[in-house]
Amino acid sequence: MLRFLLRRAVLALLVCLTVLVISFALTRLSGDLAISIAGPNATEQDIATVRKNYGLDRPLPTQFVDWAVHAAEGDLGRSYLYHAPVAGLIKERMPITLTLGLTGLVIALVVAIPLGVIAAMREGSLLDRAIGLLALFGQAMPSFWLSLVLIIWLGLNLQLLPISGVDTWQGYIMPGIVLAFSAIPALMRLTRAGMIDALSSDYIRTARAKGLSSTKIVLKHALRNAAMPVVSVAAVQLGFMLGGSIVIEAVFALHGVGYLAWESISKNDFPVVQAVVLILAIIYIGLTLLADAMNAVLDPRLRAA
Amino acid sequence: MSPVLEAGNLRVTFGTSVAAVRGVSLTMNRGETHCLVGESGCGKSVTALAIMGLLSRTAHRSADILRFHDYDLTRLSERGMARLRGDRIAMIFQEPMTSLNPAYTVGSQMAEVFQRHRRVSRATALDRAAELLQRVGITAPGLRLKQYPHQLSGGLRQRVMISMALMCEPELLIADEPTTALDVTVQAQILRLLQNLQRELGLSLLLITHDLGIVARMADRVSVMYAGEIVESAPAGALFAAPTHPYTRGLLRCIPVPRQVRRDEPLGSIPGVVPRIAPDFVGCSFRDRCAQAMPDCARHVPRQRATIDHDYLCRLPTDWTRAEAA
Amino acid sequence: MKHAATSLGALIVFAVLLAAVVAPLVAPHDPFVQDLNQRLVPPEWMDGGSAVHPFGTDQLGRDYLSRLLYGARISMMIGIFTVVTSGLIGITLGVFGGYFGGKIDEVVMFIITCRLSIPLILVALTVVALIGSSLLVVILTLGLLLWERFAVVSRTTTMQVRNLDYIAAAQAAGASRRHILLREVLPNILTPLVVVATLEMALAILLEAALSFLGLGVPPPLPSWGLMIAEGKDYMFFSPWVIMIPGIALFVLVLGINLLGDGLRDLLGAARPT
Ligand SMILES: Nc1ncnc2c1ncn2[C@@H]1O[C@H](COP(=O)(O)OP(=O)(O)O)[C@@H](O)[C@H]1O
Ligand code: SF4
Ligand SMILES: [Mg+2]
Repeated sequence: MLRFLLRRAVLALLVCLTVLVISFALTRLSGDLAISIAGPNATEQDIATVRKNYGLDRPLPTQFVDWAVHAAEGDLGRSYLYHAPVAGLIKERMPITLTLGLTGLVIALVVAIPLGVIAAMREGSLLDRAIGLLALFGQAMPSFWLSLVLIIWLGLNLQLLPISGVDTWQGYIMPGIVLAFSAIPALMRLTRAGMIDALSSDYIRTARAKGLSSTKIVLKHALRNAAMPVVSVAAVQLGFMLGGSIVIEAVFALHGVGYLAWESISKNDFPVVQAVVLILAIIYIGLTLLADAMNAVLDPRLRAA
Repeated sequence: MSPVLEAGNLRVTFGTSVAAVRGVSLTMNRGETHCLVGESGCGKSVTALAIMGLLSRTAHRSADILRFHDYDLTRLSERGMARLRGDRIAMIFQEPMTSLNPAYTVGSQMAEVFQRHRRVSRATALDRAAELLQRVGITAPGLRLKQYPHQLSGGLRQRVMISMALMCEPELLIADEPTTALDVTVQAQILRLLQNLQRELGLSLLLITHDLGIVARMADRVSVMYAGEIVESAPAGALFAAPTHPYTRGLLRCIPVPRQVRRDEPLGSIPGVVPRIAPDFVGCSFRDRCAQAMPDCARHVPRQRATIDHDYLCRLPTDWTRAEAA
Repeated sequence: MKHAATSLGALIVFAVLLAAVVAPLVAPHDPFVQDLNQRLVPPEWMDGGSAVHPFGTDQLGRDYLSRLLYGARISMMIGIFTVVTSGLIGITLGVFGGYFGGKIDEVVMFIITCRLSIPLILVALTVVALIGSSLLVVILTLGLLLWERFAVVSRTTTMQVRNLDYIAAAQAAGASRRHILLREVLPNILTPLVVVATLEMALAILLEAALSFLGLGVPPPLPSWGLMIAEGKDYMFFSPWVIMIPGIALFVLVLGINLLGDGLRDLLGAARPT
């Protein structure tokens, strides 16, 4: 187990390095970054000034090493737009994105696990099919459109929830629901498959032979085993949600990291863009490692090995 | 004395095309070991699961009589049945490697059944579990209780299953091929264990096996199953001395006397396989493989008595074997 | 019921494909022509609607039905060409990893891991922002990003196929590697890949709509459904149809593709790719 985790950690480090290269290369895609920054009405003179000020006149490898070394020290450069350190900007906005992501994950789990359990217990029934169809509906729902529909319906018609911003905790509910939609189908199917597997297993037959109540059989004996893959996928889904929250933050005007990234992309603030790409990738990698570790805790067979 | 278990005309079908158990009747008395033998696929496990009320949802069970002491199991609710299971009727399965939950410790799984039926504290239940582990010959029970199933060998797991089944001192223990998955030395230990426990606790044991050595050693009474029916049932001595049904004779070929059988002797082999039987099947299901088959065997077959407690399901007269020998 | 769902999916996909092909013939108006006197006309079935604009008009007075029909072209093009691009990349990587194994496979797995850790939408937005928004750029960007499921599935299935007898026979008969990969391996792993293709097509269509909605996808005045929703957003409180019509179109198309994929999975007996 320890060897396995160590191997994964080394791999994770290599992936981080690769992402570092990619996020740097990404912003150099257009060829001359200075032209983009200086804007459409800039003169030759302006562009040259920009190039000098931002260090873009140096050779690319020098620029990369400079950015990588600073990034490793936690210095992610300065925002052209805010004239402030990027690390500070991201740190300031990360809590909103994390809260949103976790809200989405909790909603997704609260919906997906019971649905998956019920579908598995009634495998092949009309209810099972209805739940399967529901998952397909969720999968087909464009998140930004769902956001707008919820804003009209819950925010405007019923006036139940605030339509933008997060001045109160209620502000997280609507975006949380939308974010959850993207994760529910996968989590639900996984729970269902795991439960079907578990429910037909020999140890469930043993539990029944012991005369345990059906609640205990389903929740204690079957779900515990079905939950292991769900946990790791949930961690990965949280990673996808944090990446995908850019759309939802834009719609609901939540000033989190996603919003910051969107703004920076639209306004050519590339130090911010490459930093956000890097940070989100690192969070994702961390989450996959966390999933491995959690599985090791949950599954006694892995723990001992 | 009233029987512990009585089944009359027990039937189990899967869907509309498979009849796995077709009118099984059997009676178990207190302290008796009843062996159910037959080739793989003949319906032994389904019979056991039907008695336990553990059939899958796709199965349909019916019976004229299915009684455990004073409980009419055909009418008992799932809750009522769950109260009996693990407490007064227990079962050991064929697959020790997969029958324990991998996510919980041995102690937790053993204590659970005692706590469920006896409403005692976990500590008391764990003490009881340790006691039983010791009883089935496990040293250092304290350590075993803290271990997970994957840390135990197959033999140990089956011992755990046995002691778990005994937690509440059941009156009826159904053991479905409890030693098939284990190697020979472990098999012998487990059987000796079952024999001792049965003697000490006076429990009734329904022992399912396809190993004639086990039958010869353990059985008070033997029922031979074929294609979902009991084709012959008799006290062990009588069955080995005077097997009457052609199928039983095929199984016992070359093994006329009990106690001379080698323990790991498999069932005698008869050409052909157990047919899959549809619910509307009429006649003797063995006729395709039977050397004595005659045209009438395609019609209804009567159950005949060789002696007062020895019956068989065949058209042949009881003394046909003498005619054959002549 | 399962059968009905699959047929419904196929019907939806076929209908949208047909709409995309014949849009110029059946559209009642030019989708780009503005009529500032006819702004935000409601659809025919609502108060104030008329048969002239069956689905109403947008904030610039452009006919909504015509825009919707032309929008189908964009969605279908995105869906099909993205899947072709990403399929080529993913299947190549997966087959190589699965067939050769060892170091090559480790490299393939590493590339897949890297791709998964990159935030998809963010990178797509950045690329489009830097290179400039056009249909071609969106297709290529999404194609370059959405290949990992193709790679994962083709890798596992290739591994299974690799050890089968007929591959060994082909090797023994001295067939070239190229021949084995293209003629022996590929045809035998196509079944599950068809299902992946439907999933990716649905995802690509949704992502294009999201990018266009955020203003960094297909450029205006092209009638991408995502863009139509973005442009209608400011008017949605008083004229909700401007976002409902393209939104429902998008939802129904993606649902249709998924229903079709689900049905194909059952028909072809492939396992659900996760
Ligand atoms: N869940 C099931 N669905 C359909 N058929 C079954 C099921 N369980 C058992 N059977 C059939 O019932 C017959 C008896 O099986 P079983 O009781 O397991 O035999 P054995 O005597 O080996 O224990 C077999 O033909 C088997 O195919
Ligand atoms: S009834 Fe006929 S076929 Fe069946 S066992 Fe007896 S003799 Fe053989
Ligand atoms: Mg069996």
